[in-house]
Amino acid sequence: MIRINCPFCGERDHSEFGYGGDASIKYPALDASIDEWHDAIFLRENICGMQSETWHHTSGCRMWLIVERDTMTHEIKSVRPAHDGNAAVLAAESAGGNS
Amino acid sequence: MTRFSAWAVFKAGLSGQKNWDRQWRDPEPKKEYDVVIVGAGLHGLATAYYLAKNHAVGNIAVLDKGWLGGGNAGRNTTIVRSNYMMPGNRQFYEHSLRLWEELSHDLNYNVMFSQRYHVSLFHSPAARDNAARRYNTMRLTDSDGELWDLETLKAEIPHLNYDNARFPIIGAAVQKRAGSARHDAVTWGYARGADSLGVDIIQNCEVTGVTREDGKVASLQTTRSTIGAKKVGFAVAGNSSRLWQMTGLGRLPIETHKLQAFVSEPLKPLLDHVVVFGVGGTHFYISQSDKGGMVFGGDLDWYKSYAQRGNLPIVQDVAECATAIMPCLGRVRLLRHWSGVMDMSMDGSSFICKTPLENLYLNAGWNYGGFKAGPGSGWYFADLIANDRPDPVIERMNLDRFRRGVIIDERGAGPDPKLHG
Repeated sequence: MIRINCPFCGERDHSEFGYGGDASIKYPALDASIDEWHDAIFLRENICGMQSETWHHTSGCRMWLIVERDTMTHEIKSVRPAHDGNAAVLAAESAGGNS
Repeated sequence: MTRFSAWAVFKAGLSGQKNWDRQWRDPEPKKEYDVVIVGAGLHGLATAYYLAKNHAVGNIAVLDKGWLGGGNAGRNTTIVRSNYMMPGNRQFYEHSLRLWEELSHDLNYNVMFSQRYHVSLFHSPAARDNAARRYNTMRLTDSDGELWDLETLKAEIPHLNYDNARFPIIGAAVQKRAGSARHDAVTWGYARGADSLGVDIIQNCEVTGVTREDGKVASLQTTRSTIGAKKVGFAVAGNSSRLWQMTGLGRLPIETHKLQAFVSEPLKPLLDHVVVFGVGGTHFYISQSDKGGMVFGGDLDWYKSYAQRGNLPIVQDVAECATAIMPCLGRVRLLRHWSGVMDMSMDGSSFICKTPLENLYLNAGWNYGGFKAGPGSGWYFADLIANDRPDPVIERMNLDRFRRGVIIDERGAGPDPKLHG
């Protein structure tokens, strides 16, 4: 079992989460060329080693997270909220700000 | 090499069955080969065998980073079938099934291919109609397929959960020519066949680098030596992306995921067929091996991984499926479980194709289905390498299909590799 330390809920079993995929993918502009869209949608680095990926805490806070995880050892290096706005709220909370 | 026959067994019996030859050599790699296949799994070995046999190519090597049968050739549930519907898949898998039917004779090696029926249960009128469409479409390619009503199914397989199942069974789609085979025997049979035709099978020889010259692969660096090659074929499903990136060609439409499989303690004969159960998000397939073990599997582990070991939530999922469909298995103990890494492609279908490098050929993207495909894959990959053009049957299995919008999405799941089970 992989344990993911959700920044909102704390450490939980990975079975609470849904795996999204490669978090390094940047989608091009809507009017970008077919080639750019093809590459973003269909091609993958498929890294063997540390990769940045999205997980969805489906049975918890339902937040999307960005997890750095080794795809060979399953070791997790970092977990953070996928959306900057949520990250900012967390940062404010930990600084003793208004929640 | 001794040809296997009743007479050979009798003769060897006179010396206590102790004087059989080695089944294949363990040669040192040469400096150069006409064709080097990377990956001595079922697909790589079959490719080498058919290159030598069908196309009279001499001087072939098959390299493997481990030992024969140590990768996915030894990490599967040995199901063989051809119930595919999409053009491109249908013809290919039917050809592969036909090769399976003659394989033991062709290889002079008993691959224990047992055409014991592949029985896909259905649980709703919609699923039945869908199965009817699929199995009728298969018949266009001369595959066999039929639908069983509940009475027929009960008579054939009496101990499924017909009484109080969450998803009541209403019938099954059946391919009678489908079944299972002995995974080690297939690998060993192809290795022995290829070796006897002069192919060098080089184990413990991992490719660590690819040298390019003038738009071609010039040589492969390996953990044993640098090996030159006039033509190179990659057949390393699970690790295709890693090898591909060594060629400097960028990314493939593939993600690597792992799939677990399980075997129980041996039981007396219980299940004569391969039974498949898939409804409401479940996916489960089970058969009984000749030793009596119940061999079964389910879904992927749901996250990308190169680790050849599985996680526990899937053990629970699969056990739940097993007892849902066959409650009589509730007290049976698991003997072993294992995990293999799969090339999960963006449309759930495979690649047997040319590449941007003139003398490099790719065989990849087998998803869950590589075992049954092995003979057909070797057959057409050998043909592609020998003739430098795809046979019409595999024309659609190219890397360009996503760009051109002619994907082969058997499941209709879209470009998310983990969904193509």
